[in-house]
Amino acid sequence: MTRLLRAALLVAAITTIPLAHATAQDTLQQAIRIGLRYDPNTKPGVLVLRVPGVNGDSLRAILQRDFDNGDRINVVAAEESGFPDAPVAGKNGNYSLYAKLGAVAIVQATPTATGLHVAVHDVAQQKVARVKDFAIDGTPNSRGWRMSVHNVSDELEAWVTGVHGIAATRVAYVQGVRNGRLHVIDSDGAFPTPVGDDSGGMSPTWHPKGTHLAYSVVGAHGCCQLYVLDLASGAARRLEAVGGGLNSTPVFAPDGAVIVYTHGEESGTDLFATTAFERGPARRITVGRGSDNTSPTFSPDGRRLAFTSGRLGHPEIYISDADGTNPQPLTYSVGDQNYRSNPDWSPDGRLVAYQSQQTDGSFQLNTISLRDRSVKQLTSDGSNEDASWAPDSRHIIFSSTRTGSKQLFVIDSESGRWRQLTRNGGVRLPAWSPPLSR
Amino acid sequence: MHRASRAVSLSVIALVALGACKKKPEVAPAPAEQPAPAPQPAPPPAPAQPTCDAACVEARNNAAKAEAIRAATAALTATIYFDLDRSDITDDSRAKLDAKVPVLTQNTAVRIRIAGHTDSRGSDEYNLALGQRRAAAAKRYLTDRGIDGSRIEIVSFGEERPTCTDESEGCWSRNRRDEFEITGGQITAVQTTSR
Repeated sequence: MTRLLRAALLVAAITTIPLAHATAQDTLQQAIRIGLRYDPNTKPGVLVLRVPGVNGDSLRAILQRDFDNGDRINVVAAEESGFPDAPVAGKNGNYSLYAKLGAVAIVQATPTATGLHVAVHDVAQQKVARVKDFAIDGTPNSRGWRMSVHNVSDELEAWVTGVHGIAATRVAYVQGVRNGRLHVIDSDGAFPTPVGDDSGGMSPTWHPKGTHLAYSVVGAHGCCQLYVLDLASGAARRLEAVGGGLNSTPVFAPDGAVIVYTHGEESGTDLFATTAFERGPARRITVGRGSDNTSPTFSPDGRRLAFTSGRLGHPEIYISDADGTNPQPLTYSVGDQNYRSNPDWSPDGRLVAYQSQQTDGSFQLNTISLRDRSVKQLTSDGSNEDASWAPDSRHIIFSSTRTGSKQLFVIDSESGRWRQLTRNGGVRLPAWSPPLSR
Repeated sequence: MHRASRAVSLSVIALVALGACKKKPEVAPAPAEQPAPAPQPAPPPAPAQPTCDAACVEARNNAAKAEAIRAATAALTATIYFDLDRSDITDDSRAKLDAKVPVLTQNTAVRIRIAGHTDSRGSDEYNLALGQRRAAAAKRYLTDRGIDGSRIEIVSFGEERPTCTDESEGCWSRNRRDEFEITGGQITAVQTTSR
């Protein structure tokens, strides 16, 4: 009787194991579609067919690079000369060939008078899954034209993976260590462009709609005043309400109407808030009692702040309500005197990225989970600073000395894969934009 | 006769001289006795000092005052240095700040700007705050000793204005500093030693 029961339990266990495994796989695949988990082995393969026309090669190269940079699609390579004709649903058997190449989807783009006609084929279903006409603006290969193509890439990525791409974004940063100048560069490294007229610019931050930058300027007589730059007109306006003294590290609240910044005179530095576009009073947020409190970042819902605070004697990441109440250390561990600073709250609200100083003096990037305070180290080569999340809450732009002089790099926080964005040394303080339409 | 006696005299002198040159037996020198120092030649007579009239005295005093002003300016603008990631006033810095107090006390029209700096390590943004704290620490030291705070402006450059860019402790320590700049008034009242 007992032996019979034991045998029955064993059979049940054996039959349950593969079921559990299958369930886990299903869960993983579902998770990929909503972008919460990543498994390099399950990246869907996408083949981008040759694009006809004068600018066809540029169009195809941009689409392929954007998919690759997004780290959610495996761009299927195929010999140019060996390209079969575009599949026609129900009329030829090319789909099986594409399936052998590893493609689950085929992107077929055709230039039109106003832009690009795109069909995405479902290889398994052997049919066209989706079609859309996209408007492409501007002179071919101009800044605006490329941004239009990036928008196509991002939407196609959403069709295939369920997650919008991050190609149609830009990064603001400071070029130069002394008398630095603000620049903006496309997410694929194209068109590094100086913005604003001020030398000494620091800590650029994007308006939630991507229309403005706020930043501080180190003047001839010290740091700093705050400015808001209209990217369309190029006009910069000084924030008068902040007054004299040190004013730095501005950040827009998620509503775009308020700027929180660091202000210091003779008794440490604290966080203050003022209106971004209308003249309004400055109000104090943190009460650091002589300590330094700087580099604020908002939670996506605007209800909380993370910031760097030296109130324990060395810089740590703190978190508080948006009005400064209920401050508590996020990264502190007893006895650890290392230096942690420059938090950036992920757009999905789950993680805060920050930099942590190591015993050799270098900085490495970490993320900390707001759910369970688990820490993940993202970098180990060189010194890595100034983390800023992409809109997909997965990629991070940062400055690093890993290849010599300080450059900007993008890292996929899931896989650790990284790429270099800038090629001129002395680049720092990057800020990733929200999705941009142009 | 006269020539003969001169010859004899010369011969005597020569013999005496030869006797003096004869080698004497060696005697070990007494170790404790040092040869007496050769007498120094008398200094040449000093040129006669012209009488210093009133204009001359005034010129001398002016030169002394100019030198004192230069020294006071140097004391007032002397850079002070800090330990890593600290804004405490060190002993060396305390002495330098103490030397600034009388200059500021005697020259109430003088205004200064203290600029706090950091080395390149640490966060660029946090270092701006640290530089501000260093400048504030020096200002507080001076105001605690009676200097009117409205005469002292403080600013920070963080790590944005290094004096050197080597990645070495020697360079880093030179960059962790407060610089002092006279922004108003002139140093006119100084202590001088009248001659």
